[in-house]
Amino acid sequence: MDLTFNAEERAFEREVRNFIATNLTPEMKRATALTPSVFSEPDIGMAWQRALHRKGWGAPGWPVDHGGPDWTPAQRWIFETECARAGVPNVNVMGVKMVGPVIIGFGSPEQKNFYLPRILSGEDYWCQGYSEPGSGSDLASLKTRAVRDGDDYVINGTKIWTTHAHHANRMFALVRTNETERQQDGISFILIDMKTPGITTRPILTIGGDHEVNQVFFDDVRVPVANRVGEEGKGWTYGKYLLEFERGSGIASAKLRDALKTISDLAESEATGRAIDDPDIAVRMSEIEVDIDALEMTELRVLSALQTGQNPGAVSSLLKLRVSEIRQAVTRLGVDVIGNDGLYVEPMRPLYRLNEAPGIPEELLPVVPEYLNGRAYTIFGGSSEIQRDIVAKMVLGL
Amino acid sequence: MDLTLSDEQRLLRESADRFVNETYTADHRRKIANDPLGFSAEIWKQFADLGWLALPIPEAHGGLGGGAIEIGILMEAFGRGLVSEPYVSTVVIGASLIAECGTEAQRQLLLPKIADGSLYLAFAHSERQARFDLADVRTMAKKTPDGWRLDGQKTAVLDGSAAGQIIVSARLDGGKLGLFMVPRDAPGIDSRDYPRLGGGRACNLDLNGVQLPADALLGDSSDVLPAIETVVDRAMAALGAEAVGIMQTLLDQTLEYTKIRKQFGRPLSANQVIRHRLADMAMQCDEARSMALRAALMADAEPVARSRAASGAKAKIGKCARFVAEQSVQLHGAMGVTEELDIGSYFKRLLAFDTLFGGSAYHYRRHAALGGRAVQA
Repeated sequence: MDLTFNAEERAFEREVRNFIATNLTPEMKRATALTPSVFSEPDIGMAWQRALHRKGWGAPGWPVDHGGPDWTPAQRWIFETECARAGVPNVNVMGVKMVGPVIIGFGSPEQKNFYLPRILSGEDYWCQGYSEPGSGSDLASLKTRAVRDGDDYVINGTKIWTTHAHHANRMFALVRTNETERQQDGISFILIDMKTPGITTRPILTIGGDHEVNQVFFDDVRVPVANRVGEEGKGWTYGKYLLEFERGSGIASAKLRDALKTISDLAESEATGRAIDDPDIAVRMSEIEVDIDALEMTELRVLSALQTGQNPGAVSSLLKLRVSEIRQAVTRLGVDVIGNDGLYVEPMRPLYRLNEAPGIPEELLPVVPEYLNGRAYTIFGGSSEIQRDIVAKMVLGL
Repeated sequence: MDLTLSDEQRLLRESADRFVNETYTADHRRKIANDPLGFSAEIWKQFADLGWLALPIPEAHGGLGGGAIEIGILMEAFGRGLVSEPYVSTVVIGASLIAECGTEAQRQLLLPKIADGSLYLAFAHSERQARFDLADVRTMAKKTPDGWRLDGQKTAVLDGSAAGQIIVSARLDGGKLGLFMVPRDAPGIDSRDYPRLGGGRACNLDLNGVQLPADALLGDSSDVLPAIETVVDRAMAALGAEAVGIMQTLLDQTLEYTKIRKQFGRPLSANQVIRHRLADMAMQCDEARSMALRAALMADAEPVARSRAASGAKAKIGKCARFVAEQSVQLHGAMGVTEELDIGSYFKRLLAFDTLFGGSAYHYRRHAALGGRAVQA
């Protein structure tokens, strides 16, 4: 057993570092640091996606014949770790990490040829139409209906918590195409052009002050049947496949470490009156650092199993729970570190393009919004309560 | 980057698991509980035959040159069986201190005796005023015309009454720390032996003018504090692996119990509150497993990284262990607080683990202090 990378992997690490040093502009880096949500605004995120695409790294998890870089699990690890350390923008995960794998796995040749290159290049920006006002954790109860009419489906209903629907030109959605005894059997997976007549989008402001999520309404929206992925009534299977990606993309510890380092740097700065000299803050910093160590080791155990062609087993389903809880602990510590400056509210967005200089040091601006937005970590992608149900069933066999 | 077990490591795990399953039954534990030694000398011989006592000893001294990973594999199996043989005292701590600090002659003399099972050791370091501060030692070693004279008091000397020799730390003239090989029956030693929480035995020692020959000092008279820190970090990694084995056993048994035990016409495990509790226990077992592995992988890193990994593991595993142990008792209901089930024994061993070498709060502070943060460790 050893924790070190071999010579080839170290060479790859240098290549990634060089790539980042050449392509990550100071503007991108500052914008990312001042973005309080998981998602970068498209102007920042897609600029980074284009840079990755030019290098052939536009979709790290995809198979090589669809434009993936054919990395080993260790290379994935190195890439994600270096990106987190450098503070690169987030790309459109709904495209690259969610709908992309589903199209690759279940889409028609025409769908693959049309959509995949546009995800890679950043031409398309995707949003996810899963949750509905009446269907949160109980997603299979969704009611948005798609009724067959010739070569079209006619869609009526509403989706909610749709991240970046106001930026996206495409949505992948779960819709009800049949009333079946078992709710899951009547659901289909469909790709929707957001410019189709009958779609309206209403912003939902969240407690951190960000406009990230929306409600989307469908009023007799006609979508070609050819836009359905896979078979009618099999959407639940495809959708769950995707949720696995959403939950356990596998490498979160590096980002958490970077987030903690940001808070640690603030705590050591004069801007917070050296909060780190408070022993309670210092010890909590250690507690979180140790939690990240444990998470990282678990991720490495999974990685190592994948690398040697073994099945990592059920351990990966524990990761989403821990990642979201640790993320919240980091943001909570951040609020305590900045003290009185946490009372300052900056209503304008984005924080990296304000008209006037803020009343507190710029780097403190995202701390409270990050904490407030961060309450959603244990809710989205299957709440922690749902995750515990899954662990009980899948890991413990209950 | 490879965290999978080698073939040798897999074999070691299989043989350790098999041995523990066959040997350490509840009956065996009950028998041992009343034994004045606290363990079985016969089993110790079998450990020697299996090569486990030679495992971390350098090959040059008749050992197998194994590392912290191999020790961790053994210790996890030991945890599952609540093994009470003095493996940590003799092999993990004793042999390491001799290998780190001893002169070549001392190594040649002592290490093969550890490997063949003929020498039990104990480490007498803790003192009442020190709590868990490894540097706080008041026991004094005065140079005499014939050698040394030791005076002081030691607490929580694990396996001290069984040991042929006790490795005693003491402050030398000039303030440096030294280690002395002290025969257990040396005149001037007053030992108060007691059964230890969670199995095995320990003692408190009074050293009143204990006279020792000149060569009782391990090595030369250079300061041994760095070596003690190294060895205690290794011991904490080993104990962490043992705790993981104990936690996994508690989880397995509790899971089984909640499936069998019926109330209100259905198994306990049909209730969401119970299922979620078990999910949390499983998660904390897994986190503990990761931290024990991490501490083992970092056992030979540079001192600050090694000690932070060891303290981080000790703190985190201690916290997880308390949760898993307490919830195991809770989910067993009233049966959980009786001596009629095994889980109480596992619970107590975890409580002892959390205390040994300092609890979670102490080690989070040490972790922070080693990271350059202003806390009093």
